[in-house]
Amino acid sequence: MAAQKSRILVIGVGHPDRGDDAVGKEVVALMQRMNLPGVVAEHMNGEIAALIDRIEGVPAVFFVDAALSGALPGKVRRIDVAKRPLPRESLAASTHGLGLAQAIELARSLGQLPPTCIVYAIEGAQFEVGAPLSGAIERAAQQVAEQLRQEIVAMDSPKVVGNA
Amino acid sequence: MAVKTIKVDYLARVEGEGAFSVTVRNGKVQKAELKIFEPPRFFESFLRGRQYSEAPDITARICGICPVAYQMSSVHAMEMALGIKVDGPLRDLRRLLYCGEWIESHVLHIYMLHAPDFLGYQGAIDMAKDHGDLVKRGLQLKKIGNEIMELLGGREIHPINVRVGGFYKVPKKRDFAPLTERLKWARDAALETVRWVSTFDFPERSRDYEFVSLRHPDEYPFNEGHIVSNRGLDTDAAHYDEHFEEIHVEHSTALHSRHRGAGNYLVGPLARYNLNFDKLSPLAQEAAKGVGLGPACTNPYRSIQVRAVETVYACDEALRIIDAYREPERPFVPAEPRAGIGMGATEAPRGLIWHRYRIEADGAIAEARIVPPTSQNQPSIEEDLREYVGGWLDLPDEELKHRCEQTIRNYDPCISCSVHFLRLDIDRG
Repeated sequence: MAAQKSRILVIGVGHPDRGDDAVGKEVVALMQRMNLPGVVAEHMNGEIAALIDRIEGVPAVFFVDAALSGALPGKVRRIDVAKRPLPRESLAASTHGLGLAQAIELARSLGQLPPTCIVYAIEGAQFEVGAPLSGAIERAAQQVAEQLRQEIVAMDSPKVVGNA
Repeated sequence: MAVKTIKVDYLARVEGEGAFSVTVRNGKVQKAELKIFEPPRFFESFLRGRQYSEAPDITARICGICPVAYQMSSVHAMEMALGIKVDGPLRDLRRLLYCGEWIESHVLHIYMLHAPDFLGYQGAIDMAKDHGDLVKRGLQLKKIGNEIMELLGGREIHPINVRVGGFYKVPKKRDFAPLTERLKWARDAALETVRWVSTFDFPERSRDYEFVSLRHPDEYPFNEGHIVSNRGLDTDAAHYDEHFEEIHVEHSTALHSRHRGAGNYLVGPLARYNLNFDKLSPLAQEAAKGVGLGPACTNPYRSIQVRAVETVYACDEALRIIDAYREPERPFVPAEPRAGIGMGATEAPRGLIWHRYRIEADGAIAEARIVPPTSQNQPSIEEDLREYVGGWLDLPDEELKHRCEQTIRNYDPCISCSVHFLRLDIDRG
């Protein structure tokens, strides 16, 4: 199925069945329920070729991913990757080290990084196979979804974006 | 005696993390060790007590880059235990799924992990600044592998549509239509890839390897065949254990594999190519010959060329299978649980992967053993370093480190299957 192109894209990254790594998918579900005009929210597993292909030509992309940096579980960091690279320790383990951070940098090298590109990194607590989201991370997901809503609404001329 | 230690804290562009050390004394490599800190066998314990039918989904989680290999070896082993045979279109679809994984995995390694070694870049991100079109070609080519995985496996990583006996759901002929055109582009792109990587400068290194791979009378091996070697081994998955042993070495918590009474051996593209060149499609053979690769290649630094040739084959074979495809009457061959033992050996992108299971009468898994390709290649990687690094000891430290890393990357090690951190230490004594 061809992915829908939009002006504003929220991409939740991470494995849906590995504990707090599912937080990206959780935020996507919350954003989909908000049904903001012109905003497409979708989950991706973090595979590098698919990520780069998906964001090409999209003016504004917001990524949401789990982090594993030693911070308190549930801590949210907003990183403007259009201005600077992701810190190496920002995100949880990805498929063989070629995940979101590398996709962003490769897109930058290829001149394909969206002009607006923000990463919300949510510190996870546990990443066991089959485990549910931790309570603190679930609350952080709701906080990030609300923050995203406000940020997107505040963006210039959100009404010009097409239908999601 | 002057003491000099070279240390690399993180070896990039390999699948996973671990450690490596080289000890040099009096101008000679005395010791080379691949250090693995975490046992990969967690999954074997995890499988015990689960139903036989769960093995393909559980083992697919071992690795994000070669899940099909784990699934395929597990279903073949289970089918042997249950006494069922999968053939016709279902067998072809399994080969097609493997084509997708080979394309994904080989292209990732060629373009993102290994090519930067030959072109003098830190990695694909740096390489993309100067060679954007090449990197874009690699990404598009890889994506077509993903699309095969998604169509047949249900998703591009950790497929969920594979089951013992076949698939949960099979595609209709028309489902392949969009893929066919893209695969034709991919086949051309793979041919260009063969020509591109053949322009690289390859170190002239070689040794007398024992190559081990599957060999099938009618096809280049993915799922089936005898286990053979260039030194006369000819056995099958059921008797693998009689010929190969796993040993514990002090510097690694992962087991090393050894050909009993013979020592280390090499699995992977180079082994497959040397043992099965005649089974490559005519197009893939021509591609190899066109860049001066004969039916034998014992230079591991040329493995990037062999991966490119295998990518041509995978695209070509995928198109052949799609063209001949007729929807099977049922998506899987049904099986009843029974007590039994089964073994399966298939060809992961980076080499032979062997599974053995014992299941109870109610279908519960009583025993599970998994031997991944990188475990088998570890001793060969160490020997390559002992043999080859000695010729480069006069290089500056940074160049020497790079040569060591490149030598390890020849194997496209899927260390993630068994390792969690890879450092490189060179102690010059």
